[in-house]
Amino acid sequence: MEKLPKDPTDVRQLLTGRESAAVGRRMFMRYLGATAAAGVALSACTDQIVDPSASGSGRAGFATVDLGDLGSNDVGILNYAYALEQLEAAFYTQVIATPYTGITDGERMILRDIRDHEIVHREFFKAALGSAAIPGLTPDFSSINFSSRASVLGTANVFENIGVSAYNGAGQFIKSADYLTLAGKIVSVEARHASIIATLLEPQGTLFAGDNIIFPSSGLEEIRVPSEVLAIVAPYIKETINGMQSARRA
Amino acid sequence: MNLQNILNEIEKVDADVIERLEHVSRRSVFSNFLKKAVVGAAPVAFASVLNKAYGQNNVVGEVLNFALTLEYLEAEFYNKSLESGIIPGAALPYYQQIAKHENAHVALLKSALGSAAISKPAFDFTAKGNFPDVFSNLQTNYAVAQAFEDTGVRAYKGQAPRLIPFPAVLTTALQIHSVEARHAARIRYLRGQKGWITNADRGNLPAATQAIYNEDEKAEQGGVNVSALPMVVSMGISRAAVTEAFDEPLTKEQVLAIAAPFLA
Repeated sequence: MEKLPKDPTDVRQLLTGRESAAVGRRMFMRYLGATAAAGVALSACTDQIVDPSASGSGRAGFATVDLGDLGSNDVGILNYAYALEQLEAAFYTQVIATPYTGITDGERMILRDIRDHEIVHREFFKAALGSAAIPGLTPDFSSINFSSRASVLGTANVFENIGVSAYNGAGQFIKSADYLTLAGKIVSVEARHASIIATLLEPQGTLFAGDNIIFPSSGLEEIRVPSEVLAIVAPYIKETINGMQSARRA
Repeated sequence: MNLQNILNEIEKVDADVIERLEHVSRRSVFSNFLKKAVVGAAPVAFASVLNKAYGQNNVVGEVLNFALTLEYLEAEFYNKSLESGIIPGAALPYYQQIAKHENAHVALLKSALGSAAISKPAFDFTAKGNFPDVFSNLQTNYAVAQAFEDTGVRAYKGQAPRLIPFPAVLTTALQIHSVEARHAARIRYLRGQKGWITNADRGNLPAATQAIYNEDEKAEQGGVNVSALPMVVSMGISRAAVTEAFDEPLTKEQVLAIAAPFLA
């Protein structure tokens, strides 16, 4: 199996744009395309996701969810996390309900564990937020081929990496020490997931903490601010989620 | 304290860092001025602005030196492990990758701390005889690696709230924290363990390591009894699985007690 592109700036540059949701979607698709070309993911579905207009946000009949200003609003950050956990939980629930062809017992055990963790995260946020929680979201997994190991694990790899970068990028906006600690308790579990999923994809390699995700010169993992993350995940959620971080903390 | 360097390091690999950290600019000296200073390659002005923001801050220095101590420990462990010749070819790629990260963390933290950085302590990787064959027995070596990585995850997590007033430093600490978690999971998998921690189970490590896993079996989070939530119950998700879904922090004192046997 070929490794991911050696030059980490390739992928990173694709993922730093935040001009618009459309740009974010395009970049995500190019990232998926690049990953597929590298032999690890999503070869079965790239043709279904190349058209941003086909999977855009704001689908007819689906609500718009406003998270508010995430730069000065811990509840908004918790709802942001809740949205991402809803997406991950729904994804792994589908993975376990319709296992891919050739899944091994070991893989099934790992994916079931991860599904359980993501459901736990989702239900925790829902309960903690109470009446402040955003509604349940409707996933759109039409671009994922759940019968293909490469598609499922490739998508899982992307989702976990995005999740870690989202928590890493949102930490700076959290004002409550308790909430920051809670986010910290969850993000390291997401990073553990990311590492194990990557290990299933590349058992002997460095994808578990690859140079495409960890800046080699500093040993720091990538971060994404909420507007970037929301643009990237928009194709997978039928509702439109609005959330911006202000330039300043209150 | 040289916080300029930590941002300079990030700037090298993440050109958008100033924009990402723009909320730091609640003091009006930042924003456009800072961007121009960076774009114009005026490091003196950059450092001056950062010093105004953070000053000679004892909390930041203390947390970063605590982190540096752990990174010294990990970096030297992996360097010596690679020198020992016992790491098999199949494990070399990720041992080398982890070593690269730990050495980069040391360099980054030393650079950020400048003259305030502590010197590297002398280490005893046998932990006073608990791991006598750490560099000659592969399974012992892997066990120590897991102990260090799982400790590192809990250690960084415990310090995060102290860094809330210093968002750039907090973000950097979080960016290291998740890397340690990736390492931890990979080493655990190598040892035939789950990548995540079940209850307070030390995963077949020697009893001397139990303090690394104590109090990690919590199923109540933020005042919510998570294992009793209706959907968690109806999905048949065990309490043990709930504990896997959250990694608990350790205090600085707990971490130093864990690390103490490794100091010569």
